[in-house]
Amino acid sequence: MRSDTFTSDDGPIGVETLHMTKRFGDFTALDDVSIHVRPGTFHALLGENGAGKSTLVKCMMGFYRPTAGEMMVSGQQVVIDNPKQAHTHGLGMVYQHFTLVPSLTAAENLVIARQSTSDIIDWRAENERLATFMERMPFSVALDQRVGRLAAGEKQKLELLKQLYLGRRFLILDEPTSVLTPQEADELLGMVRGLVDDTGLTCLMISHKFREITAFADDVSILRAGRHVGGGAVADLSTDKMAALMIGEKTLAGSADRQNLDGEIVLAVRGAEADDRSGIKTIAIDTLDVRAGEIVGIAGVSGNGQMELMEMLTGQRPLHGGDIHVNGERFAATRQQAHDLKVRFIPEEPLQNACAGRMSVRENLAFRNFDAGSGSIWLDGRAMTREAAQLVRDFNVKTASLNAPIASLSGGNVQRAVLARELSETIGLLVVANPCFGLDFSAVADIRARIVDARNAGTAVLLISEDLDEILELSDRVLVMSDGRIAYESSAATVDLDSVSRHMAGHA
Amino acid sequence: MSADDLGLWAVPIAMLGGAIRVSTPFILVSLGECITERSGRINLGLEGTLVFGAMAGYAVAYESGSAWIGVAGAALAGTAFGLVHGWICKLPRVNDIAVGIALMLFGIGLAFFFGKPYIQPSAPDLPSIPLGFWSDIPQLEAALRVNVLFIIGIALAFVIAWMFRSTRTGLTIRVVGDSSDAARAMGIDANRVRLLSTAAGGALAGVAGAYLSLYYPGSWTEGISSGQGLMAVALVIFARWNPINCIWAALLFGAAGALGPALQSVGVTSGYYLSYAAPYVLTLIILIATSSTTRALEGAPGELSITK
Repeated sequence: MRSDTFTSDDGPIGVETLHMTKRFGDFTALDDVSIHVRPGTFHALLGENGAGKSTLVKCMMGFYRPTAGEMMVSGQQVVIDNPKQAHTHGLGMVYQHFTLVPSLTAAENLVIARQSTSDIIDWRAENERLATFMERMPFSVALDQRVGRLAAGEKQKLELLKQLYLGRRFLILDEPTSVLTPQEADELLGMVRGLVDDTGLTCLMISHKFREITAFADDVSILRAGRHVGGGAVADLSTDKMAALMIGEKTLAGSADRQNLDGEIVLAVRGAEADDRSGIKTIAIDTLDVRAGEIVGIAGVSGNGQMELMEMLTGQRPLHGGDIHVNGERFAATRQQAHDLKVRFIPEEPLQNACAGRMSVRENLAFRNFDAGSGSIWLDGRAMTREAAQLVRDFNVKTASLNAPIASLSGGNVQRAVLARELSETIGLLVVANPCFGLDFSAVADIRARIVDARNAGTAVLLISEDLDEILELSDRVLVMSDGRIAYESSAATVDLDSVSRHMAGHA
Repeated sequence: MSADDLGLWAVPIAMLGGAIRVSTPFILVSLGECITERSGRINLGLEGTLVFGAMAGYAVAYESGSAWIGVAGAALAGTAFGLVHGWICKLPRVNDIAVGIALMLFGIGLAFFFGKPYIQPSAPDLPSIPLGFWSDIPQLEAALRVNVLFIIGIALAFVIAWMFRSTRTGLTIRVVGDSSDAARAMGIDANRVRLLSTAAGGALAGVAGAYLSLYYPGSWTEGISSGQGLMAVALVIFARWNPINCIWAALLFGAAGALGPALQSVGVTSGYYLSYAAPYVLTLIILIATSSTTRALEGAPGELSITK
């Protein structure tokens, strides 16, 4: 009965790529990359965005057909034309974007993913079987919940559980911890480590986080601009060495020095209440103040009301009670009011939430101001081009042309473009959510420096982020949101990591 | 007894009968569209399929002398329309709604073209079951004279609900409808699933057409459908893509649609056109009342072009 779930009978499998090359037209995404993932090891694949990591694993999984090069599984040459073939060789992948079906329950997702599912599903037997499987797993997920209702961290766990449930013996993890708290990340990777050691799983993990690589991985391969530039046993490499190989010769934008400012209260939230996304629970923010010249960081595991808070501030979610003031004025988030009070919002996933993907970079950069000023019904195309060119230069947005659709830019450059648009003038209040989610090393440093610059210029900044490191690095005050409420508050100087973790986990 | 003897009771009884008679094509079309939409496509061509099915069903029944062979012929014709829709939508950069409108007009035109010789002759009717035999009120007896296709439709709704929950086919359709990416990752050919789902939807719309021409109103005319195929599409959204809800929604539509004739039968003739608009007004009211600005449409398939 368990024939298609995890077994270690055949021993661990190793995977090698030999001189793998992938060209898209004139662009070479992968250039003669040979990596060797030894059987039964935890291997990390390190590189910046656009370094070719995703292309490499997509070639391995059969999503792309490599232009040249071969693949070996357990020493045998194999040709993988599609993901299904990869699965028959025991290869599986946990993607950066979720591949679970939102309207199906977790259990339905697991069962339908299995090849051997019979035509008529006996739910009683399946549920028993799932329960036995879950008992052996180090963490659990509510199986009867619709996946669309699970938080990002829960979904990521379920993605991993799914691969194990399907009996994959070589797992590719694409930045598996980007949505998890440090505790969850350690738990997840510790579990993967345990599976590698005990059951003969082989794992290839794409990561940006040196801490995770040094703590959990055996080997590392480093890619830069489509080439394999180094690697080896993690024990033989220092973090500095790995960073140097990954980034090459480049200087990172340094974070501006902090100046202490004791500003006026800019944002004041009092007793604000609203429904959460499911409509079942209530988000209640009793008191939240942000002063000019400080960054207030809101940490929390995703799904604890942070996104609802953002929507309450942006006027997308009606309040049942309480109110929101900016500079002492009741804030209703109209375009006019946001303009007058110099309030700026940068939502998470800016390409979806702050851009019109198919419109050009130039037009997207004009969204803030195109209707202000002249009063003419005609847009001034020349001025738009001039201003866009200036912003693109100032904020180092890498784009083929100002007329390229903004969706064609990489994630880091979309975020730079949005920051350029929103931070181009002096601003009173900046509310920003997960600004660095999924971005590479240098983009992250750049974007964080911009946020700190804004603070130093006297902006009140509310930073909502699921990345605790980011909160701790940037904030003057740290708040933790849990179950729709602000559960913890501390100044950055006196913050106690244990209590932060406890409140994030909801055990306080 | 006459309608006058029953007094105002005639209205609910006539509405009950009307609900059962009028709702049958709604149930069948909306169940078919439910399958299609759950797979992530909208087939607006069902109106054309319905009219063509009515013509084909009538013609085949007349030529063969059997109403049931007529129904089979209509189902076959509907399947063909569904396959054409599914096949065209497979091509890159094709919009399912535009294709649906084109096929709707095509189906209606084709039905008129082939249907001309069948306007005069009379074909055998579908049988009905007299569930009102125990009553001596003729109005009630007439109201409870239930067509077999109505019962088949109700049973089918439960079968489809079970299919979505507990069969591999049903889960596969839901996966494809909710996330093409997930389907691809599982090695499911989304286009094929959608092709077959649209074909199934077409088949049911064809059967619904045969009901119109072979039972109620019971003859083939060019004005046989008054937009049931299009309304069924809205009905599926109204039923939140749940087959069981499709029954209730269809009955509600049927009852509201029977309000006008029922009122007329007891002599209320003022506001004639207004009472005939009851189903549409009702739909608007319910859709507004159940909508929310802060919550996403529960149960909406993620790949549907109208919810994306």
